[in-house]
Amino acid sequence: MTRKLLTGNGAAAWGARLAQADYIPAFPITPQTEIIEDISIWIDKGEMDARMVTLESEHSMITAAGSAASSGVRVFTATSSQGLLYGMEMIYTVAGWRAPFVMINVSRGLSSPITLESDHNDIMAARDSGFLQIHCATCQEITDSVLMAYRLAEHKEVRVPAIVNLDGFYLSFTREPVSLPDADKAAAFVGEFDPENLQFKGSTPLSQAMAVLGGGPYSYFRYEMHLAVERALSVYDEIADEFADTFGRRYDMIDNYQMEDAEYVFVMIGSFATKARDAVDSLRKAGWKVGLARLRIFRPFPKERIQQLLKGRRAIAVIDQNISMGMGGVLHSEFATALYGMNDAPAVLASFIGGLGGRDISQQEFFEMINELKQACDKGISPPPRLIYTQNELTEIRKLQAIAQVEHAEIHQK
Amino acid sequence: MIKESPVHFHRMKDMPSSHLLGTGTPMCAGCGALEALHNMYDILGEKTVFVNAAGCMTLLSVYPFTPFRGGWLYTAMASAPAGAQGVRDAMDILLEKKKLSKEDNMEVVVLTGDGSAYGMGLSATSGAMDRNLDFIYLCYDNEGYGNTGQQYSAATPHAAITSTSKGSHGYPGFKKDLFSIWAAHHPAYVATIIAAEPLDLAKKIEKLQTMKGPRMLIALAPCPTGWDYDPKLSVEIGRLAVQTGVWPLKEYIDGKVVHTKIPRQRKPVEEYLKLQGRFKHLFDPQRDEQGIAEIQARIDAYWDNVTE
Repeated sequence: MTRKLLTGNGAAAWGARLAQADYIPAFPITPQTEIIEDISIWIDKGEMDARMVTLESEHSMITAAGSAASSGVRVFTATSSQGLLYGMEMIYTVAGWRAPFVMINVSRGLSSPITLESDHNDIMAARDSGFLQIHCATCQEITDSVLMAYRLAEHKEVRVPAIVNLDGFYLSFTREPVSLPDADKAAAFVGEFDPENLQFKGSTPLSQAMAVLGGGPYSYFRYEMHLAVERALSVYDEIADEFADTFGRRYDMIDNYQMEDAEYVFVMIGSFATKARDAVDSLRKAGWKVGLARLRIFRPFPKERIQQLLKGRRAIAVIDQNISMGMGGVLHSEFATALYGMNDAPAVLASFIGGLGGRDISQQEFFEMINELKQACDKGISPPPRLIYTQNELTEIRKLQAIAQVEHAEIHQK
Repeated sequence: MIKESPVHFHRMKDMPSSHLLGTGTPMCAGCGALEALHNMYDILGEKTVFVNAAGCMTLLSVYPFTPFRGGWLYTAMASAPAGAQGVRDAMDILLEKKKLSKEDNMEVVVLTGDGSAYGMGLSATSGAMDRNLDFIYLCYDNEGYGNTGQQYSAATPHAAITSTSKGSHGYPGFKKDLFSIWAAHHPAYVATIIAAEPLDLAKKIEKLQTMKGPRMLIALAPCPTGWDYDPKLSVEIGRLAVQTGVWPLKEYIDGKVVHTKIPRQRKPVEEYLKLQGRFKHLFDPQRDEQGIAEIQARIDAYWDNVTE
């Protein structure tokens, strides 16, 4: 084991190196690019035995990732935001090939307006694809999750690709100390890639990804994929146990903080959960029984685990760093689905949308959320969804609009 | 890469007498694309992985049946060359690591229609050539989006009636010169072929088997349903495409374009046009002398510049 100060991107690249990925189809996009730069340097120096190819788009990159995995090698790739969406046709397609590989997504808000900074709308767009999704909050977790993701994706009961998600800027460019597992130990944990029947050989006829005619065969293969993704839940615990035994770090499906006696619970994914942790500490000091549940595995959705965890709590604040236009937070809907009709379900399930396009969620805002939960409990009704935005921010945007209007008027006068 | 020992195709009787591709596929009767694929597959042999883009040929492999004796991977409309990249690279990695025997190595062949090759898939094709990918690319060109009912594509010839150019003058645009676009990338090999000239086709496949890198083929694929003619005329229309000079048979190697069959006495283009319903408006209800002359003039202008 060595300790290194790594960015989230660096930690992701180390995950690929330690998993002994054979093949890295790549395409640059901010804020992911450092991952493929690190890997290319290692390959050039002979420190990593892999082949890297830069494709001409993410659509092609994901195609090549899927086709290489379908031809019997271990594949790693990475993208972000617009790139993920540009490749989205192939995200769905290669998942259906049942070709296991691991892809990093460095979360970044989606156009329009175009931005570089982080939120989760990109990764939510891949929600229904058949890719597994693991969401990280620290750099250590990124390296470790890549290793676990290979085990999960390649498991004979699962066999679908996996995305390991990290937040752009907040994690991608933040340096944290990371304990890197010894190469031998990591290789032993991940194991050799067993392509099973996924390999083109001159001596073995094999047609893959064929068309189907009619809803019967189509539904069969789609249901098969759904059931395989669901099986990743039971497999996950085995892998997490083995990881903890081997490396001494435990990653449960849900990362719980101060949950034992918590009456009010923050629910979220990703690195902003570290901000919520601080808020929980402050609120606890002030006498509030507050906890934090950070979902690490989002697909498959650990519904039963969530039900067990939230049963009997007073109120839940689901914080979404995404927005489904005309509906609200995606995570909130999913939690409502998990909790609806459950005995002893929390009376209040409130939705807060914040942290879009890299916007911070301040400590004060976390406190306000708990305040809202308390009031909602007193009234006995869940509050309407809140779009977190301050008066100051509104003033700032009004100033920008005023400048734009002045400029516009001046141009027209000329 | 293991190459099969060369077969020498001098005469028609040197050609394979039985087909490798299985029968009973759902292609239309008289499909010029299927015939080109037959001819090509017979020579390439079963150690071939076809990486397919969305098009008519996607329906060759419908679960659980396949006419292919080797490999098949359907990708999507835009990215079959990238699919080929992944397969080729994976095989090379496995060969290097001795996880795949040389005997088990396969030739990777992209199979796409003109809709993909001339349009949506052009960027991926360009990228594969940039990367000098060792693969074969077959575009079966039936001059329109055939699988969806023959809407015009960038491969549609001037004046052709298609489902989206039904007006009295047909398609106003001109067929894109994909051969030259490909050749500008300086790949190992570019050639035009047609199933109606099987010996020319066979010689080209034989030649490209001795090469590495991107080996690019465009097969003009007479299409009874899309071009509106009796399926029994497919071979005749194919031959006329060559004899009238509509479809020049040529190849690009080492920076040079050479024509492999120069029709010294070119037949008038109307012999080719009048057999096809898509050009009927040039002859009926009255002959469009100017329209036919314009098409003829463009063909003549092409051949005026051809010396070899």
